[in-house]
Amino acid sequence: MQSACFLGSRRIMTFAISGLTPNGCATGLVRYGKQMIKKSQIFDEMIQSDGSITPPYQAYNDWFQAQDAERLQSKSEEAEAFFRRTGITFNVYGQSEAQERLIPFDLVPRILAHREWTRLSKGIEQRVRAINAFIWDIYNRQEILRAGRVPKELIAHNEAFLPQMMGFTPPGNVYTHIVGTDIVRTGEGDFFVLEDNARTPSGVSYMLENRETMLQMFPELFSQIRVQPVSDYPKNLRRSLAACAPQACVGKPTVAVLTPGIHNSAYFEHSFLADQMGAELVEGHDLRVVEGRIAMRTTRGYKVIDVLYRRIDDDFLDPLSFNPDSMLGVPGIMDVYRAGGITIANAPGAGIADDKAIYSYMPDIVEFYTGEKAILRNVETHRCAEPEALKYVLDNLADLVVKEVHGSGGYGMLVGPAASKKEIAAFRKKLEAKPSNYIAQPTLSLSTVPIFVDQGLAPRHVDLRPFVLVSPQGVNITPGGLTRVALTEGSLVVNSSQGGGTKDTWVLED
Amino acid sequence: MLGKTAGGLYWMFRFLERSENTARLLEAGFRMALTRSSDAESEWKSVVTTSGTGIGYDAKYDSYSDTLVMDWLLRDSDNPSSVMSVTKSARDNARLVRTALTTEVWEAVNDNWMSLRDLLAKPVTTVDLPAALAVIRKQSALVRGALYGTMLRNDIYDFARIGTFIERADNTARIIDVKYYTLLPSASAVGSSLDNVQWEMILRSVSAHRCFRWLDEQDMTATAIAEFLIFDKRLPRSLAFCVKQTTENLRYLEQEYETRHPCHDLAEKLGRRLKTLDIDTVFDQGLHEMVTEFIRDNNVLGSQVEKDFRFIG
Repeated sequence: MQSACFLGSRRIMTFAISGLTPNGCATGLVRYGKQMIKKSQIFDEMIQSDGSITPPYQAYNDWFQAQDAERLQSKSEEAEAFFRRTGITFNVYGQSEAQERLIPFDLVPRILAHREWTRLSKGIEQRVRAINAFIWDIYNRQEILRAGRVPKELIAHNEAFLPQMMGFTPPGNVYTHIVGTDIVRTGEGDFFVLEDNARTPSGVSYMLENRETMLQMFPELFSQIRVQPVSDYPKNLRRSLAACAPQACVGKPTVAVLTPGIHNSAYFEHSFLADQMGAELVEGHDLRVVEGRIAMRTTRGYKVIDVLYRRIDDDFLDPLSFNPDSMLGVPGIMDVYRAGGITIANAPGAGIADDKAIYSYMPDIVEFYTGEKAILRNVETHRCAEPEALKYVLDNLADLVVKEVHGSGGYGMLVGPAASKKEIAAFRKKLEAKPSNYIAQPTLSLSTVPIFVDQGLAPRHVDLRPFVLVSPQGVNITPGGLTRVALTEGSLVVNSSQGGGTKDTWVLED
Repeated sequence: MLGKTAGGLYWMFRFLERSENTARLLEAGFRMALTRSSDAESEWKSVVTTSGTGIGYDAKYDSYSDTLVMDWLLRDSDNPSSVMSVTKSARDNARLVRTALTTEVWEAVNDNWMSLRDLLAKPVTTVDLPAALAVIRKQSALVRGALYGTMLRNDIYDFARIGTFIERADNTARIIDVKYYTLLPSASAVGSSLDNVQWEMILRSVSAHRCFRWLDEQDMTATAIAEFLIFDKRLPRSLAFCVKQTTENLRYLEQEYETRHPCHDLAEKLGRRLKTLDIDTVFDQGLHEMVTEFIRDNNVLGSQVEKDFRFIG
């Protein structure tokens, strides 16, 4: 389940080789905050290779240098207690004890300059608009296929493609009401999109709670440094969803959040968002079809829902249309949907746009629908289905990351630089047997941001997931997003079940 | 409000109430065993019976002792009514109805669960029991305080209260039922120290031993105690008080929803029945019979509330 596994699944970012100079040999030490660390070619967002502080972090650094390390340590413990008390945890499947875990929070913020963010958000908006146009096109005229810009087979044989959506336009012509675009950085101006999460991306509750925690711990920071607020997200989410109300809606739209239940790994987020939006949090068994609408069982009888923000996968949405064994969904909801009786966010079938094979076509897709060059770059992707690309990948397996096209999480993937000769040989066989099942990407030198450790600061690799809302009124991107950080030195694994943590993400005011 | 949410609230507060009742029952049993003037094994047995978990206990153990009963009632996950089990169930329900709770109530329930999880991670020894029970009582008080202090007085609050008082009525009635023979007038004639210990045990299990002294300074008699527990509307754990509260909160729901349900009739019938009785009639007709009937009617009322407000589909 993609919707459920962002925080709990095995997810490996592309790999970086650190500690090497261009000619490949390790050199001396460099100042990093108050300590000396091994010199590295990796781009650090706070501390440059000569030890100086980058402009966005100047004011924060001034504050940080004046802090007492012990006080910071106790603040860090305070934050953990706060997270436990408020129940900001995620569930781990298959473990009877300690089923709920905390995602470690690091108190050094990740800071983006206003200018950097402006460019990023323009690029994200362009990409998200193109994605919506693409999905509509795929389920209607299929012009991009006819123009030969995206191969037909890629759609026809794709599990994320839902024939039930053909010829149907969702309310407001919005497919991806909520998008979480995963961004990585390798240098000053070098941002890449790693994944377009167009189904039901999670993590936004951490963005909000991380900021809340920082505000509580270090209120003085926010009076000294002007940081763009993120707290409007729930309000904007509600507004954005309500703006997509279906034809049948009378009066003020009723919004509800559909969760698989309290045992889902992201349940905290589901209830958090429902709470913050003032919407009902429902499960499949609370809902049924009543006179052509979807209604929830209340203490006063059945009440109609206009917009359903579902946090379950397409496959589980409607046992009559998809997986017949699903207990999580609502029998008949697809018929109601197609008849204009309810809005489902994100639209079923939207996953066709965030497939790994489609990803490699994203620059073309952006150009096809917007007439502009893509502002944000893709990570260079070799499609093994193409003979030339396959040859290149086979020749360079030890340096590449090879992923299954439709696989989610880190399953069935090869991380060349980290793999043994034996593993590479075994993977080579799999790849040769079914090349079209794979894509390959180069290993990237992901940027680092300092985390707070006993010795002061230490660089760790990060990624970024900004959250994007789409409605007929426009695209709204919350300034910042969720920064995930690999807490283990040198590691590129940012996911929470393998030592990943999160940081508050700041976008500075102009 | 979702029917499921109403059900979650109702059960959350039933479980919270049960946790405190079990702790109190254990405390009374512990004191009783300390006096050595009674048969400890049969006292521990009556504690388990009162908690309503006798069948499960007998399936697991062959004898009754302080260590076994304490573990069964405090921490055993095989016992769905153990303090740890109900604390977890209360929190699971709180997670389910998170959107209906204030931050204060949610944090109190979550904190309750975290504290007891640590407290009850290992078996509690008799030496540590008083301290452990104190923590349980304190945590319950914090949850209740957060509820009273921060929640809107609307349907959410009503369902929480109805769950609390249906559970509490059931608990008090079961205490009377298990110990009814010590409350019969024939027993009071004896006035032995044994009876005094038994009576104190009963009063302690409903936190009423001091209240009783304040109100009834004259001699402690079986009749006076029975009357106190059944009819006294000043005692927050008497049957009459619980029924009055349940009826009141149901009436608020009737007003707010502008709908009258069969459960409203049932609650009022239960109240009227108590009103027509007095302690002498109760003894005439049989204390045991009266209490058994009450337990049954109270359960029927609970099920009717679940049905009328669509807790489950």
